[in-house]
Amino acid sequence: MPDDLKNGRIVIVGASLAGLRAAEALREEGFTGSLTVVGDEPYAPYDRPPLSKQVLLGQATADTTELPMRRDPEAEWRLGVGATGVDLLARRVLLEDGESLPYDRLLIATGTRARPWPHPEEATLDGVFTLRTREDGKGLAERLAAGPERVLVIGGGFTGSEIASACRELELQVTVAERGPAPLVGALGGTLSKLAAVMQRNHGVDLRTGVTVTALNGNGAFTGAQLSDGSRVEADVCVVALGAVRNVEWLADSGLAAGPRGIACDAGCRAFTMYGIVTDDVFVAGDVSRFPHPLFGYQMLSLEHWGNAVEQAEVAAHNMINPGPLQRPHLSIPVFWSTQFGLNIKSVGVPTYSDHVVIAQGSLEARRLAMVYGYKGRVTAAVTVDMAKSLDYYRHLIETAAPFPPPPGAADRAIAADVPIPSDVPDPSVLSHGPTVALTGHLPDRRLSVV
Amino acid sequence: MRTVVDLTRCQGYAQCVFLAPDVFELHGEEGLLYATAVPGDQEERVRQAAAACPVQAILLGEEVSTGAR
Repeated sequence: MPDDLKNGRIVIVGASLAGLRAAEALREEGFTGSLTVVGDEPYAPYDRPPLSKQVLLGQATADTTELPMRRDPEAEWRLGVGATGVDLLARRVLLEDGESLPYDRLLIATGTRARPWPHPEEATLDGVFTLRTREDGKGLAERLAAGPERVLVIGGGFTGSEIASACRELELQVTVAERGPAPLVGALGGTLSKLAAVMQRNHGVDLRTGVTVTALNGNGAFTGAQLSDGSRVEADVCVVALGAVRNVEWLADSGLAAGPRGIACDAGCRAFTMYGIVTDDVFVAGDVSRFPHPLFGYQMLSLEHWGNAVEQAEVAAHNMINPGPLQRPHLSIPVFWSTQFGLNIKSVGVPTYSDHVVIAQGSLEARRLAMVYGYKGRVTAAVTVDMAKSLDYYRHLIETAAPFPPPPGAADRAIAADVPIPSDVPDPSVLSHGPTVALTGHLPDRRLSVV
Repeated sequence: MRTVVDLTRCQGYAQCVFLAPDVFELHGEEGLLYATAVPGDQEERVRQAAAACPVQAILLGEEVSTGAR
């Protein structure tokens, strides 16, 4: 039986980070059958994080961020053609060019796309961008290089904040409009969001919080925007950074448990059907998945993290070609990073799964700190600002369900480490942008997910 | 050749910045920026940087060839 699993036909839908790493891992673990990777973008798998950093700064061009291969996955690449459906009974993936691909096992890794500006006509004004794809990065980088008078960024999440940071580094005037009380508040909670707001303002960002953008103006070309407080921002470039939408529409008639929050799968990356029955031959990995995690109350986690795409793809690939008793669970602790305004912000765990925080090392004033998040007396997350070397220590605390506040562990322990303060994580529905980490399960005493 | 740094792993030891300063650059105290396309005359330096990285976060390799359908 195991020998059979190493052969046959595997189709991967999604040719970005998760799709590529899964294809490599399948070959690495001895899959010798036919492997087809379908991607709707006409490009080889490329890396997206540089698009909001190096590419905007002009240090790399958008057409040079292809991902290096760990090994040649010897796959047939069907690029520039989207998948339109899957027939679970006939085991075929339907493509938009009318063809269909038979499979024995299927991996879905279709990821997310940028949430568009809700008004379609305003969204097509010249100078209005989203930032997710290579084309987005190229177009926005060119526009920033041309030296606009002012850039308006809608949404103060990680992407919006990184774009604002790049604008200031390019010495461009930039306004950030965020519906919540501060940038990054949805991901990091109240205390660190205050640091984020101070950093933005110190770097010359015109930060407007507690406001929404009600209209984008322009006759053909974007000229400015109306805000909900009655003011108007004159700008010639607008970046809509409202979070991401999961690419699940093509699965609407498939019978899989696919919805706005992603495709539900078990800890082994096996997709659920709409009846909550786990499939044996359909797997999910990357941003499009939602999966249960024992450290976070077995809630279904939706992560838009680079590292999760890699690790989940490797687990999915392993499980696709190994029998049940040899399959592995995807239990890694979420980690992400963001570089903005000269600070390196890294997070481990799920900061929104918290009721209190302590500053365990460093201080807000020093712009260098480790903040630990706790939920009901247990460490659930940590965020470091320019203290990345401490992150592994806190990861260990999370993995071992260490008590919160954490015991003394660092020589430079801050006095504030004994002073828990409310984590002040807002309901994501008050934010402009979608959350990059969402707990989508049921937890009666806290309301954390977007409805 | 293309390079990608697993910034989930990167802890800012900056060995790569010393070994291949034309490719890797610190942005602030520990944020790493890098050139995604590695020029031919920098490949050996990037290989050394990848080998020297204490957390083995640097990957150098060819991109997927899109020629074949």
